[in-house]
Amino acid sequence: MAVISYREALRAAMREELKRDDKVVIMGEEVAQFNGAYKVTEGLLKEFGPKRIVDTPISEAGFIGLGIGASMLGIRPVMELMFWSFSYVAFDQIVNNAGNIRYMSGGLINCPIVIRGPANGGTNVGATHSHTPEAILASHPGIKVVCPATPYDAKGLMKAAIRDNDPVYVMENTILYNDKGEVPDEDYIVPLGVADVKRVGTDLTIVAHGRAVITSLKAAEILEKEHGVSVEVVDLRSIRPLDEETILASVRKTHRALLVEENKPFCGVDAQVAYLIQSKAFDELDAPIHRVSSIDAPQIYCKRMEDLQMPNVERVVAEALKVLA
Amino acid sequence: MAEIIDMPKLSDTMSVGTLVKWNIKEGQVVAFGDILAEVETDKATMELSCTVPGTILKIYAPAGQQLPVGAPICAIGKKGEAAPEPTAAPAPKAPKTAVPAIPEKAEVSCVPAAPASSGSLSPQSDASRTKASPYAKRMAEKAALNVAALAGTGPGGRVVGRDVAAAASAPAAAAPSGPLNVSVAPPADGKGIQPDADVPVGGMRQTIARRLLESKITVPHFYLEVEVDAAPLMAMRESLNKRLAETGADAIKLSVNDFILKASAEALRRVPAVNASWAGTSIRTHGAVHLSFGVALEDGLVTPVIRDAHAKTLKDIAIEAKALIGKARSKKLTPAEMSGSTFTVTNLGMFGVTGFYGIINVPNAAILSVGATIKKPVVDAQDRLVIGHRMVIGLSGDHRVVDGANAAQFLQALKQLLEEPALMLI
Amino acid sequence: MAKPAVLTHPESLKSPAGPSEYAKDPVNASLSKAEKIALYTKMARIRHFEQRCIRIYQQGKIGGFLHLYVGQEAVAAGTISLLGKHDHIITGYRDHGHGLMVGMGMNECMAELTGRVTGCSQGKGGSMHYFAPDKNYWGGHGIVGGQAPLGTGLAYAVKYMGLKGSCFVYMGDGAVNQGAVHEAYNLASLWDLPVIFVVENNGYSMGTSQERSTAHPGCLAKRAEGYNMAWDVINGHDVYEVRAKTAIALKRAHEESKPTVLEIFTYRYFGHSMADPDKTYRDKEEIKEYRDKKDPVLAFEQELLREKVLTPELSLQINEAAMAEADKAAIFADESPDPTVADITKHIYWEEDNRGPKTTSRGTIIFE
Repeated sequence: MAVISYREALRAAMREELKRDDKVVIMGEEVAQFNGAYKVTEGLLKEFGPKRIVDTPISEAGFIGLGIGASMLGIRPVMELMFWSFSYVAFDQIVNNAGNIRYMSGGLINCPIVIRGPANGGTNVGATHSHTPEAILASHPGIKVVCPATPYDAKGLMKAAIRDNDPVYVMENTILYNDKGEVPDEDYIVPLGVADVKRVGTDLTIVAHGRAVITSLKAAEILEKEHGVSVEVVDLRSIRPLDEETILASVRKTHRALLVEENKPFCGVDAQVAYLIQSKAFDELDAPIHRVSSIDAPQIYCKRMEDLQMPNVERVVAEALKVLA
Repeated sequence: MAEIIDMPKLSDTMSVGTLVKWNIKEGQVVAFGDILAEVETDKATMELSCTVPGTILKIYAPAGQQLPVGAPICAIGKKGEAAPEPTAAPAPKAPKTAVPAIPEKAEVSCVPAAPASSGSLSPQSDASRTKASPYAKRMAEKAALNVAALAGTGPGGRVVGRDVAAAASAPAAAAPSGPLNVSVAPPADGKGIQPDADVPVGGMRQTIARRLLESKITVPHFYLEVEVDAAPLMAMRESLNKRLAETGADAIKLSVNDFILKASAEALRRVPAVNASWAGTSIRTHGAVHLSFGVALEDGLVTPVIRDAHAKTLKDIAIEAKALIGKARSKKLTPAEMSGSTFTVTNLGMFGVTGFYGIINVPNAAILSVGATIKKPVVDAQDRLVIGHRMVIGLSGDHRVVDGANAAQFLQALKQLLEEPALMLI
Repeated sequence: MAKPAVLTHPESLKSPAGPSEYAKDPVNASLSKAEKIALYTKMARIRHFEQRCIRIYQQGKIGGFLHLYVGQEAVAAGTISLLGKHDHIITGYRDHGHGLMVGMGMNECMAELTGRVTGCSQGKGGSMHYFAPDKNYWGGHGIVGGQAPLGTGLAYAVKYMGLKGSCFVYMGDGAVNQGAVHEAYNLASLWDLPVIFVVENNGYSMGTSQERSTAHPGCLAKRAEGYNMAWDVINGHDVYEVRAKTAIALKRAHEESKPTVLEIFTYRYFGHSMADPDKTYRDKEEIKEYRDKKDPVLAFEQELLREKVLTPELSLQINEAAMAEADKAAIFADESPDPTVADITKHIYWEEDNRGPKTTSRGTIIFE
């Protein structure tokens, strides 16, 4: 089994699907000639040529809408947003068109598109480039959203997303691009709607997605070594569809839940998870559900403060101890 | 065929319109697009244009009339055609699919279920609300522990899983560390009347302690007393028991307490105001008399309940009381058998206590305390000094529900019934 | 190509319609009598369907918006009558005419307006969202200009698959100021996509006239030059002219894979939508003038009468049949059932509607 980076895993997924299905097209700003703003698509133009790997002008509403229109006729575009923060420029296309066309036509049409790109803060780039819109997007029926945290999940989810016949939006993370992990060489997918218990424990359940999973795993180490607490970490992997059963099974085991997300608190993903847990596992709870989100403000520029604004290891450990009190 | 033109819906918020002015007359020929009338809506005055070419056969609504949307205003058809009879504004055609029945909310009883070992409902007051996590409550129920009796080590004194686990494994329930610091010197000779020990209090004692303290503190008690000539009662009891004995060896034997229970029910029938509960902004009167009576056990007191005593005969009451006492002694009473009373009777006569006043069993409005029947000199109707058999009965009343006069009337009724038992027949 | 001297829309209203200069154009001359009658019939059907909708709306049976195409029939009729196997169309919310032109039935269209399960979108779309992908009709869209990138994408797909085809992207004069439209123009021209942008200029974007909303003076199509695209203007009351000039753009799309912007001057007799009290922005006289001088259905009738293709009796027959068909559709819509509560959560995801051995999604996707 190879040990590759998250970036390489994404690239491998796209390459394999480009080979497998000639309707797959990679499209976005700087994806071809520049080899990708974050080098995710590096080498693909050389291998597949300009018909399959397409550079677009800076025109999100235009090219995302174009991709959606093409998908109605069977093309399977994988469109890159340089940052998911730029999705708001194309919000009408992403939400109103991709999300609704099947429904408004009474099921006559489907849009098998993938939109992918980094959705994260923590990179000192300020408020307009640091969004994590998974909650906003997932709140629209018609749309699917996934958030891989490891190279294995990145490749598996990307392949599943490309093969999926509905719009799937993949939230990547620039900070995770360099993380390395074991990835099988053979063809595999990670199905949508299946969470993963990344760490088994008995005293506390931490539910997280994206980079917050990595943070939570680090916090779990500290909680075990310094506080003698056994923490279970559930990685959602898929926001919509959502694996409710894995979350509930974990809470039934540990009776205490801490939710960790990079979203801002109001109606972030964890708001939905908290509702789920109290609604379906009320009698299992030995403490109220706690949450660590990003501090509720536009993303601050000052790097030291941004690190505090994010759900960092210290805040997760402190909140975990409160839940265990 | 003629078409009836209705008052149109000219804006999405419109429900009525006023026909301000007709631009056409009966008999006039109109084409598509011709203005028929001016209609005033909630927003503006709009023109009603013709959508059915033809001849105006009839105008149903005169100028100036206000009509609901959908009401007929005129008819258009071929010249010479008869004008149709206008029907009233039709009810909107029901859509073909059945409107899904919204499931009726299950009847939620506002009365919280009585906790397992207490007698009846406890009032909603913060002092009595126990903070416990849902998980702890579930664990406690499974371990047959009263979560309210446990000390909570969670935030804010919340009872959490580990507290229940600790209580379940150690038989002694965690006692709340109160401000009671009892330090008393042990017997100097080392041989005291009993061991100096901390006897852990079990669930029953905890409950008794909590509920009676609550009653004493929150209920304004007042006390009335009456002395009853018990001779007629004793005589009746003897003769009835003789009769019952004739039916067989296992015949029921009526006790004094059975008579008092029956008489209490009848006295309540005569003074029903005492069969009530304080409900904060109202007094809840109870139609049924559910009588509870005290049964002493070695570690405490339970009060089983005879339901609908007002509808039971003396014999039924006696049989039921005996059965309940048996169950109480063998710890087999169910929660239902220990809750829901409206009036309580306690009797310490068997210990020779001549008179006493009990603490009200909330939410009853009163408790009857029966003393022993003793021989004493009394003055009879002819002012002679004779030997009397007297029983002192005390009534503790909740002054929020029952005033002195009511309570007195109740005791008066009870006395009459006990001294002239035949009155219970009418 | 010849640019007409008069390039502003209101001017075009002033002269009455005469015999069409484009009757002899090969694309029109080559039509058989039957084909011409069929074209006229389709225009009449659009007219009568739309007018029948007004009554249903006033009876309160159509909720939401109703944007009528009355007065614009020749635009849809002329352009769509040229479509081939790989030519696709997409439009905004004034979409009934386009739907009927590609062959959607009056029954399913009427039933959709009243939200019935027998509607073309099973009651889930409404007036603004007619779709018929089997007839190359991709909707019916509610956000002004939002359809432009979609249509550009359809053209992209046609080219990607190596087919000789195109995509007509219809929009109103109000849409040309939307960012999405400009992005679509740029992409279509940059990538040589076979898109034909049809700006149905009826003189008003909702209540705002062209002079009050568009900085560029003169005709809207001229902006295509800023994107290095071909463009033309067409008098939209004359279905022969629409066909003749559109055919040129279609040829450009098929043979050179290059886009065109066509501005077609037309007019709508009714407000932007049924809820629009249009007295605030135009005179009744203006409406009457267009109706009398330039009504496209009337103009084509006159044309065909002159050509002796139609007779007054045949014309009356066609119109009465269309009215009867619309009446029957109204009854069909009234008597059809609504969708059920269970239907609300269907047709959201292809994977959910087609669960099988190949679909791999799990977990909860519809939440309570």
